[in-house]
Amino acid sequence: MIHIDIKKKLLSSEGVMTLEVNTDIQAGALTALFGPSGVGKTTLLRIIAGLTKPDSGIIRCGDQVWFDSERGIDISTQTRHIGMMFQDYALFPNMTVEQNIRFAQDHENRISIQSLMEMLQIAEFAKRRSENLSGGQKQRVALARAIARRPSLLLLDEPLSALDTTMRIMLQDEILKVHRLFGSTTILVSHDRDEVIRLAEHVLCIERGVVTVEGNPQNILSEQSAKERHQIAGQISLIEKQEGGYIVTVKTGDNIQAKVVVGENDIRELSVGDHVRVLSKAI
Amino acid sequence: MDAEFLQTVLLTLKLAVSTTLILIIVGLPIAWFLAYSHFKLKPVIEALVSMPLVLPPTVLGYYFLIAYSPRYFFGEWLVRVFNVRLAFTFEGILIASVVFGLPFMIQPLQSGLRSLPESLREASHTLGKSEIVTFFRVLLPNIKPSLITAIALTFAHSIGEFGIVLMVGGNMPGITRVASVAIYDEVQSLNYATANNYALILFATSFVLLTVIYSINKKRNTWTAL
Repeated sequence: MIHIDIKKKLLSSEGVMTLEVNTDIQAGALTALFGPSGVGKTTLLRIIAGLTKPDSGIIRCGDQVWFDSERGIDISTQTRHIGMMFQDYALFPNMTVEQNIRFAQDHENRISIQSLMEMLQIAEFAKRRSENLSGGQKQRVALARAIARRPSLLLLDEPLSALDTTMRIMLQDEILKVHRLFGSTTILVSHDRDEVIRLAEHVLCIERGVVTVEGNPQNILSEQSAKERHQIAGQISLIEKQEGGYIVTVKTGDNIQAKVVVGENDIRELSVGDHVRVLSKAI
Repeated sequence: MDAEFLQTVLLTLKLAVSTTLILIIVGLPIAWFLAYSHFKLKPVIEALVSMPLVLPPTVLGYYFLIAYSPRYFFGEWLVRVFNVRLAFTFEGILIASVVFGLPFMIQPLQSGLRSLPESLREASHTLGKSEIVTFFRVLLPNIKPSLITAIALTFAHSIGEFGIVLMVGGNMPGITRVASVAIYDEVQSLNYATANNYALILFATSFVLLTVIYSINKKRNTWTAL
């Protein structure tokens, strides 16, 4: 289990914001940090990796203290034994695919590079340099490199954000496969609801630096999306009487039309030319 | 070609090659420090490193002469402890040339390192690699054009060094007389033919080196500050 209890002041587009997180990440599970951009998800991931230093707090991975501001402990990224996939993949341009993965390996805990490349379907590009790879291929190489030394904690920073939908779904499967095979504790940063529901076993929803809700992604995020409404504002252009009620046509400035069924009681308050707002809700 | 001419050209090459080699060793860690450190006094160090770009060589030369003089602390200490005198010696002009060449080595390296995405260095750290391994296996190989630019610029600059060498070393054949000083000397003696030979060598060397730099940068499509 990873215990995180940290505070850090951040400068966001909306001014100063305090990232304040107190949570436990379950060992062996895939946990997602979910929320819109600019709320501190990536910073939290970087703090766990030791790439950004929190102002105060404590981070403990199992029995090992990684950070403790009071006791002045801040162990380096190198000794945290993590694997991280960066948003821009951060593949080393001077190395081939195979060399990138080989560079990641220590002498211990070796996974065969060949089998890793075959599993992630990159063996045929082994001798190519990263600049000659497509986005999806780069993503696979970055994933292979991140797991090549069997890290006890795998951190994925918006790993699929740069890819199109088809590629995303394929690579979500790869991440799941890798996670199940190695069983390493994994933390995924994402702002994509479907991705989180598909991949994660646990989700922390972050808004303006604080965890607002956490738990099972299916329950939390499906519920949240049901609560969400879509709305259009416009002018009534037509009222038609139909059997059992009225059909009101609302036109927006962009010439989008919405037809709404209105009952006998409500229609009395409406007439053509009125400015109205139409709300729709998923049921 | 007479012996003195050859001796001067060889001495010029010896000074430029030694300066460049020393600056590679000294410049790499300084460039790394300036590119990544959050040290508060970093702007002061950056300013000091860049001083030779704006300062007349005579100013620095003057300070070197003072420092080397046995009448002052550093020079006296050198004589007392090591029995070494640096004024008007090859070692003396070499040290001055190294200091004067600092910005030509460090600035291209520093801007090359800064142009790399920070995530490359961080990715190497997350893979458990130390700063030294990261520097030599990830960072340096990816700024090759900057490294070549830095080496060529330093060499080209050192080979034509004039003011500081004249101030610190004088014009002693075989010891401190380099090509640029010899040109001045030959012109003073109205010996234009020899001056022309020296000038041609310096002109050709600098031209070839700069052409190499520009073609490398064009090929790599990576522009580094010159």
